[in-house]
Amino acid sequence: MTICFLATEGLVPWLAKLAQNYRVFAPRREGKAIIFRPWKEGDKAPVPLKATVAPKGVMFPACETLVSYKTTKDPQQLDKVSLTLKAPVKAEPTVLFGCRSCDARGFVALDKAYLGGKFKDPYYEARRNATLIITHTCDNPTPTCFCTWVNGGPASPEGSDVLMTAVQGGYVLEGISQKGNDLLAGSGLPDGSDKLNEARALRTEAAKRVTPRKDLSKAAERLKARFTDMDFWIAQTAKCLSCGACTFMCPTCQCFNITDEGDPASEQGGQRLRSWDYCMSPMFTREASGHNPRMVKAARMRNRVSHKYWYSTEYSPDGRFSCTGCGRCIAQCPVSLDIREIVVKAIEE
Amino acid sequence: MNELNPLLPEVATVVEIVQETHNIKTFRVKLDDEERMKAFHFEPGQVGQLSLFGVGESTFVINSPPTRMDYLQFSVMKAGEVTSALHKLNVGDKIGVRAPLGNFFPYAKWKGKDIFFIGGGIGMAPIRTIMLYLLDNKKDYGTISLLYGAKTPEDLSYKDDIKEWLADPNLNAVLTIDNPAEGWTVDDTHKVGLIPNVLKELAPRPDNCIAVLCGPPIMIKFTLMALKDMNFPDEQIFTTLEKRMKCGVGLCGRCNIGGKLVCVDGPVFSYDQLRELPPEL
Ligand code: SF4
Ligand code: SF4
Ligand code: FES
Repeated sequence: MTICFLATEGLVPWLAKLAQNYRVFAPRREGKAIIFRPWKEGDKAPVPLKATVAPKGVMFPACETLVSYKTTKDPQQLDKVSLTLKAPVKAEPTVLFGCRSCDARGFVALDKAYLGGKFKDPYYEARRNATLIITHTCDNPTPTCFCTWVNGGPASPEGSDVLMTAVQGGYVLEGISQKGNDLLAGSGLPDGSDKLNEARALRTEAAKRVTPRKDLSKAAERLKARFTDMDFWIAQTAKCLSCGACTFMCPTCQCFNITDEGDPASEQGGQRLRSWDYCMSPMFTREASGHNPRMVKAARMRNRVSHKYWYSTEYSPDGRFSCTGCGRCIAQCPVSLDIREIVVKAIEE
Repeated sequence: MNELNPLLPEVATVVEIVQETHNIKTFRVKLDDEERMKAFHFEPGQVGQLSLFGVGESTFVINSPPTRMDYLQFSVMKAGEVTSALHKLNVGDKIGVRAPLGNFFPYAKWKGKDIFFIGGGIGMAPIRTIMLYLLDNKKDYGTISLLYGAKTPEDLSYKDDIKEWLADPNLNAVLTIDNPAEGWTVDDTHKVGLIPNVLKELAPRPDNCIAVLCGPPIMIKFTLMALKDMNFPDEQIFTTLEKRMKCGVGLCGRCNIGGKLVCVDGPVFSYDQLRELPPEL
């Protein structure tokens, strides 16, 4: 394992060096929000805080072209039309800098969904392979954080290539994956092994500040038993506005819609797009016949919560939850619904 | 299927269109890449996504059997935006195809058994594939029967096939319509009445028999009850599920029932498998 030390004043120059070879994404303050944006030489040091929106868009953009299509008429034979399809699967080398452990673990959950099934998502896969994740271990858990309840923690290395921990005078950088170790080995940064104990002590302290852990090991089993308890779900969902903020902020929500934009016969053709979709929408499962298996919001909430704490444990070989405890869905919900409360009540009551 | 990109359709041409009923059309399509068309392999029950660029995609079962590979056949009932646009296609038009997708009927496990097919309305499409496939391999199976029902005689699809099916010595075919209609003479093969009632009259024996039923949810519900009354065990009853789909390849998260995705784990399920799923149909 390669361990380096990066002095506080060395951070921006180091990022500038990385930016020569990679697209760098880092958290930046924009109004009240902290958002991952491309970082360019000349920019300020990234904000060392958890971002408002998870960085999943780096691998899975909110909207992207899947296929571009165009029909062309044969000028000799006007009824003869040919159709050309192009799929731009490409990814530039990228560094995702300064996400939290809950964000990096989010990609592990997305990997199960996009790469672990019968078919792989080539768009996601290309970006995932081209991206290096440098995780800033968390030193200020917020009241909505609960990473330790879902087998993570403020310094969990899962999904990260490099872990970065703030210590006196700078940062300790630890290579986690091969990619991460290679990056550090070639970085020219000084050795940081002597600071590792300080970093570890700080992390242990941070972990203690996460909301005291509740046992969720029975979540899947209890949610299964609760499936037909509609009164429970109606009571839990009463306040929900079906706005979808919870899903858009989430590092593990995978759902997308596919829509076509543009007439294939037009000059520039058109695009088949995919964009984030949300299972809290009443339209999500509405069929052409009008039939809708999740017409009521209680059924949609049941699906969202059950997916994260029950269904995912069935389709992931390691039985993991598809929730990393980042707390964004709690912090950003306009009516303060708390997924922790719902799961805990489902287990307890 | 495009092996590298399951979201990228292959270009295909509509080679023939059959107007089945007032709202169902059958499209016969061929992949433009001849090599790929020749190498195309699928199993009965598998589906395809048809694309009309600028409009969208929709899922349909491939209803020509793998033993008859001159073209791929899809029957489309006009319901939403994509199906309405598909109905406007002409022979020679280009479309996109992503196929084959989904699982298939476990016919290898049915060898030596009697098979009773029950199709209601557009639900005859998946039945057509597996039935023709079994008829093409008749020596491996026992008695093969079909009960096909529609609202009126005009609502029966595959009219040319029906003549052959009624004449086929390897198949016991019975048709039914909901209400008496002019020109519909009731006999051994032509009945009047809802599928579950006619089924009770035909009274297939459950021992060593597989029942395969496809159709609208209400028909499925009552036909299942009829089969249970006749003591068909759950593991001998098969059906196909329909769900709103987008990606069709297990990525977009749209079609789940519990932890199963209908697009990759289905559309074919046996009733004992369905019983294991959370009740959210
Ligand atoms: S953010 Fe809150 S109100 Fe909006 S859909 Fe999610 S739970 Fe409902
Ligand atoms: S469900 Fe909520 S707490 Fe869990 S990962 Fe998603 S946004 Fe974070
Ligand atoms: S249709 Fe996308 S996951 Fe099934």
